[in-house]
Amino acid sequence: MIEPLTTLTSRTVVLPTENIDTDQIIPARFLSVTTRDGLGVHAFNDWRWAADGSPTDHLLNTPDAQASRILVGGHNFGCGSSREHAPWALSDYGFRVVISSEIADIFRSNAVKNGLLPIVIDPRAHRWLLDHPGAEVTVDLGARQIRLPGNGGTYDFEVDDFSRHCLMQGVDELGYLEQQSDAIAAFETRKEDSSSRIR
Amino acid sequence: MKTLFDKIWDAHVVTPESRANPATLYIDLHLIHEVTSPQAFTVLRERGLPVRRPDRTLATIDHSTPTLKDETGEPLYVSEQSRTQVATLLANTAAHGIETHGWDSDARGVVHVMGPELGAVQPGMTIVCGDSHTSTHGAFGSIAFGIGTTQVGHVLATQCLLMRKPKTMAIELEGELSQGVTPKDVILAIIAEIGVGGGTGYALEYRGRVFEQMSMEGRMTVCNMSIEAGARCGLIAPDETTYRYLRGRPHAPEDYDAAVERWRALRTDDGATFDKTVRMDASAIRPMATYGTHPGHAAPVDDLIPDVFGEADERALTYMKVRSGERLSAQNVDRVFVGSCTNGRLEDMRATADVLRGRVVAPHVRMIVVPGSESVKASAEAEGLDRIVRLAGAEWREPGCSMCIAMNGDKAEPGELVVSTSNRNFAGRQGPGARTVLASPETAAASAVAGYVTSVAGLEE
Repeated sequence: MIEPLTTLTSRTVVLPTENIDTDQIIPARFLSVTTRDGLGVHAFNDWRWAADGSPTDHLLNTPDAQASRILVGGHNFGCGSSREHAPWALSDYGFRVVISSEIADIFRSNAVKNGLLPIVIDPRAHRWLLDHPGAEVTVDLGARQIRLPGNGGTYDFEVDDFSRHCLMQGVDELGYLEQQSDAIAAFETRKEDSSSRIR
Repeated sequence: MKTLFDKIWDAHVVTPESRANPATLYIDLHLIHEVTSPQAFTVLRERGLPVRRPDRTLATIDHSTPTLKDETGEPLYVSEQSRTQVATLLANTAAHGIETHGWDSDARGVVHVMGPELGAVQPGMTIVCGDSHTSTHGAFGSIAFGIGTTQVGHVLATQCLLMRKPKTMAIELEGELSQGVTPKDVILAIIAEIGVGGGTGYALEYRGRVFEQMSMEGRMTVCNMSIEAGARCGLIAPDETTYRYLRGRPHAPEDYDAAVERWRALRTDDGATFDKTVRMDASAIRPMATYGTHPGHAAPVDDLIPDVFGEADERALTYMKVRSGERLSAQNVDRVFVGSCTNGRLEDMRATADVLRGRVVAPHVRMIVVPGSESVKASAEAEGLDRIVRLAGAEWREPGCSMCIAMNGDKAEPGELVVSTSNRNFAGRQGPGARTVLASPETAAASAVAGYVTSVAGLEE
């Protein structure tokens, strides 16, 4: 069960680098697991931990960051590998929202399914967020709005109705798909004549 | 007037998309492997759900599998966790009656090499796998894309996915390729042109004579790296090359000629429009290599490293220990990796052997050649390619993903420079601190011999 997300106010953690790929979010050597829990310690592992296992002075190792729920990333966040371990690690670390001016398709899709809201925001708002690390920001999923403090302003963001519903209600998509089993069966009956199965 | 993508998409819509809901899209073929499936099977178990269509599911072990075995033939796992992960896949697929190519199969291989070899990947299909390089199979004129583990569970349980239709982008290459330019060079040039986020939100269709003249192996190399431009899928219309490749393969349709007749309709109609079109001059493409930390950081191998702008790019050059205006050939090579779902096919093994024949790998370079599948390995050995590789001083390994993702123990040490035929040069991808230069098998082999980064032409000068 995913914890519902409606509105959330938090200081941000800003990682301004462009094209942060999912190998940075969680390196492949931590993908040998057969469960999904406890990956937060490996979120941005090689940025946060030295080769000998000691913590670096990276922002993500500070108490402020660990209390944050909102990650602001550089343009094209989450590119590369489809590993869902990336949103699992970010969620387990404590984030509920990821904001960028561009977020890679597969990461976005994976994030939503794990109660992590991906927000692609207007470049001006993105610039403001990059320039004000640690700002206290409010995300209002119901209103599809992000409110920046002081004179930062209020910006609308797009999230499709279905993802919004799933995030706000904390429901997953599998139940919705299962409800369509009759339609799927009918489709299969039509289809079996026209294309092959693998065996 | 429809694009190829639209035709395949429309034929697989179970429930159309609306403002409120994404489309329910039927999936013809689900490829699975050990890394991204265990948590999905756990969800099925928790909910008491069966696999809806085991006959549309095909499994292999590739990512966590070692490429070395001990003297008794036992695989040398890097950790107990890796061994458990492989065992978990085998147990899950056995429990659900899914065709699985484990250690005992002579078809086992990297999932995107094996699927086409078995003829399971066919024109007009929708194909998914918990792996972003699923885009490879677009080479057959299919919609093929990577999904996350939650979606692996959705497809196992319902054979469907919830998705909104992406936009379409035509990549049109005009003219002919120059001598010595390979499919890997073509796709690196395309990614350098449109950028690593340039394809985000799009399905790509590669169009033009260059792609029509390419082998299936070459087309797979191109489509494989569509995701490196941010596009979940990239496709090429099927033609005689496609039909010849698939004929007679184990999972090819029984009435093959009838299937080919159906497949002939799988083309973008004249006059169909794409949301975006990118045109490039094929004759301007030269052997390419990457100099930074994403696949868009690519330039002709023998050129100067271009100027970069912005903090992220500067950080990339610092990580790679290179400077704008230098030549990549100033870089000593420590390791060379030939293999992966991008360049681990028989044609790639041949290209590597052609460069290595009669030459030796530089003494300070460690080179490993990892066939993409048992079938590639057997065919290459039948041609004596393994002997050429070994005679040159390189290692000939067991099939698997190996140093492409570096989670099976095959990796580089911090600071080492690897010329790699794989698909990602992200920081740390091939081991913490490892520096990756992506290139074709030809350039990788030439660099192994030279001991520095070079094209074949540069080696022969």
